[in-house]
Amino acid sequence: MQQPTKVPHYTKYHPRWFRPRVSVYWWLGQWQYLRFILRELSSVFVALTVIMTLLELRAVVQGPVAYARFQHQLAKPGVILISLISLFFVLFHTITWFNLTPRAMAVKVAGKRIPEWLVAAPNYLIWIVVSGAISLLILRG
Amino acid sequence: MGESIVLEIARYSPERDAEPHLETYEVPLRKEWVVLDALNHIKDKIDGSLTYRWSCRMGICGSCGVMVNGEPKLGCATFLSSYAGRKRVRVEPLRYFPIVRDLVTELGDFLAKLKKVKPWLIRTDGPLLREGEYLQTPEQLDDYRQLSMCINCTLCYSACPVVGLDALFVGPAAIALAQRYNKDSRDRGAKERTLILAHPDGIWGCTFVGECTRVCPQHVDPAGAIQQYKVGSALAWFEGLIMPKKRRKTEDRHGAAAD
Ligand code: SF4
Ligand code: FES
Repeated sequence: MQQPTKVPHYTKYHPRWFRPRVSVYWWLGQWQYLRFILRELSSVFVALTVIMTLLELRAVVQGPVAYARFQHQLAKPGVILISLISLFFVLFHTITWFNLTPRAMAVKVAGKRIPEWLVAAPNYLIWIVVSGAISLLILRG
Repeated sequence: MGESIVLEIARYSPERDAEPHLETYEVPLRKEWVVLDALNHIKDKIDGSLTYRWSCRMGICGSCGVMVNGEPKLGCATFLSSYAGRKRVRVEPLRYFPIVRDLVTELGDFLAKLKKVKPWLIRTDGPLLREGEYLQTPEQLDDYRQLSMCINCTLCYSACPVVGLDALFVGPAAIALAQRYNKDSRDRGAKERTLILAHPDGIWGCTFVGECTRVCPQHVDPAGAIQQYKVGSALAWFEGLIMPKKRRKTEDRHGAAAD
């Protein structure tokens, strides 16, 4: 027989509901929630990448000396490490959001909803084409 | 006795306990048994005071939802054999709901939220009922059919951290249900529902964790319904900016974010 743990006080004739508290670490226990938090966190690295790109563009505009100085900064171990982490998160951000597109858009053709992969595929296609075009521009330049 | 499996079940008696605790029970591991069979076995043979909800035993009534090893599941659709390799299977009440007793949760807040989104056909313009039924094509039915499969099991609420963190959030099933009516060609209530849905406690409270869709036993895809509503709302707002007249017409017909 279970003994009373503490004397509970509750309103007579009304069930005393137990209201569990949500831990601040709710996202740590299961991979799917951790993945969600990582996806949210990835936005910080996306912003960082955008800032780095803008700084790089500014260095290009300022001339060869400024660009060489910027490249020198980029070659420092700490910056390389941050760049690698940023690359991981930017890829994670891009792929997870591309894969979620079919959820947000129910695209119909001739009254029928098209398969999910067909909604996600153009994102990848545009990504590859744009990346290829930019790479060509940089490598040729 | 053949093979058996140990269930750790959360028990809470409002008269005796200050908080829930786990009790263990050994039950036969039968191939055809689901978690609900194990609970019934415990209630019949071991401890008659165990309290839980169930009714149909076939995934229709939506009343037997519990957390099984931390995942929201229907007790009647979760085979014990899928946990055969585990030492213990933990069965707890659905997360984020107040607990009435043992595995029984309090659904008053959920039901109030369902009602809030006006889940019925709203139609004030004609034709009158005596003039015949509203006709619908198979394509129009397909627009909302999947959303109408919800059995109100609340598994999606237990999978959604926003529900746990924000008590005012309308929640996945209620928003999906609102969309079920918004997408129904016979309905004209989308504009009324917009007041509740296009709100920080409605669709904009959703951070798209996506777990509601994964755990839904009926494949309703509440996460999809919410994101589609967001896209619809954003497009309607944008359309209003560039074509104010057209927007007014669309709203009058379907509401700001009918689709
Ligand atoms: S949407 Fe799915 S998980 Fe949520 S209450 Fe309805 S049937 Fe259950
Ligand atoms: S008992 Fe009805 S859904 Fe499980």
